Amino acid sequence: MSSSPPSRSGDTDMADVAATQPKGANINLLKVLGPVHVWALGVGIVLVGEFMGWNYGVGKGGAFGALIAAWVIGLLYTCVAMIDSEVTSTVAAAGGQYAQAKHTIGPLMAFNVGLYLVLAYTMLEAADVQVAGQLVQIGVARIAPDAGDAVLTSAHFWWAFTILSLMCLAWLNYRGVFMTLTVNFIITACAFASIIILFFGTQFATALGHADAQLLHHDLLTDLPYGWLGVVAALHFGIWYYLGIEGTCQAAEEVRSPGRALPLGTMTGIITLLIAAALTWYIACGLLPWEYVGWDLELAPLYDAAKIISWPTMEVILFIGTLFSAIASANGCINDAARAWFSMGRDRYLPVWFAAVHPRYRTPFRSIIFLIPIAAVFALKVPLAQIITFSILSGLLNYTFMPINVWLFRKMWPLGSIRRGFEHPFHPVPAVVLMILCVTTFFAVYLGYGRQLLAMMLFYWIVSLWFHFRRYQFVRRADQFTMNWPKPVGF
Amino acid sequence: MNVWQILEYAAWAVSALLLLWMVADAWKVGQQFSEEQLLSSKEGVDELFAAEQKRGH
Repeated sequence: MSSSPPSRSGDTDMADVAATQPKGANINLLKVLGPVHVWALGVGIVLVGEFMGWNYGVGKGGAFGALIAAWVIGLLYTCVAMIDSEVTSTVAAAGGQYAQAKHTIGPLMAFNVGLYLVLAYTMLEAADVQVAGQLVQIGVARIAPDAGDAVLTSAHFWWAFTILSLMCLAWLNYRGVFMTLTVNFIITACAFASIIILFFGTQFATALGHADAQLLHHDLLTDLPYGWLGVVAALHFGIWYYLGIEGTCQAAEEVRSPGRALPLGTMTGIITLLIAAALTWYIACGLLPWEYVGWDLELAPLYDAAKIISWPTMEVILFIGTLFSAIASANGCINDAARAWFSMGRDRYLPVWFAAVHPRYRTPFRSIIFLIPIAAVFALKVPLAQIITFSILSGLLNYTFMPINVWLFRKMWPLGSIRRGFEHPFHPVPAVVLMILCVTTFFAVYLGYGRQLLAMMLFYWIVSLWFHFRRYQFVRRADQFTMNWPKPVGF
Repeated sequence: MNVWQILEYAAWAVSALLLLWMVADAWKVGQQFSEEQLLSSKEGVDELFAAEQKRGH
């Protein structure tokens, strides 16, 4: 394995370092990332869910139903973050949960987990760039209401900016991971700051001369309009607050210190998201009636809240925050989907051609290019709710695998047998809680999207059969086990 | 044609240029380097365990 010393001064310098490595050395992904980048990757992918999507849970269960969903699903993702922090900081390989499944369960599970990851991130990426394009159209409509139908209502107008977002972000990812995730850190921090600014704006609304921005929880909040079944149904949309935090694992092969950076970045990431979820619910449900938040047709409830309070500066800040969150999410998703696809190619689960690493930029460049048209077709042709449901279902299947994964990981390599970057406390409580919450959430998804759930399960059955009977013959079985560990207990 | 429509066409043009740049660069890299070199990446090593072994634990 090559060991060219990493530089922290940017991708150009890193490429120069890479170019000077000894001839004949392996071309690997570059180890240049720190905890800040891990945070930017995880929170960047997720934060868009604070700006839109979670509010459909209000329509299912009322304002309090959505709050309960935010707490319950917050617990689910806290378990995910704890488990991921331990396993990924030890299995430091691109592909994240895919590489973990390869080590703890076996090839068929790994193939499925790899596909869950690629589908979850590619679909989320498609949704993000679709939203980015539509936001540009909404912004133009506010600035220039007389721009004409060809601009204000034509799909072709937002298509142009959807594709522009996708290409710019793919190009950034192609050119190097350090700059990609540094940009993600900046725009994610700006998006998070916009929520904080709106929160403080509503706290001091009267003193600042904006009486319309006062929170009215006392008048607007009601009991559970559809009872506890509504709360269960709202769990599906509670996922939007946190979907993608597990994406931090995909950086495992590119962080300088997996044992430190991955747990630190992931745990601070989930804490950030728990705070952001609470603030988002508090602001939106204090400014708008739950019936409006729940059936929002304006795409983004936080931006709507900022529009309704007659405070132009706040509206601009929230528009920028919403746009940045969508772009940051797409950026992180391109990074993660390409790493998962690349890892599967490297192990021959897919054609090995995808496992090429760019000799100058040290990125999985063929995987990045290959996934562009797939994301583009879904972004332009499939409705947002459908795309995001595909993403959520694949994500849920991945979370269901995690309790089994950590259970086997602790059983095969008990504490003390290998050094771990992080040991999550109270095992097996997080694994048991995660499994129970996943099953409950599958029921919630079935209530609203039963057909899609069954169709997706059928899809994974068919590709599993293809893998077992056709593809597995090409897999290098002896290379499956890459970690320098002792034999697992029982082998 | 107003300024917004010009921006729309500019967005398509920039997108096409970026895609062409990536495809051309990928093709050029394929010409300059052998497949063996491009596919030589190895999955991450367990640096924690290696450090522990080095310390003789």
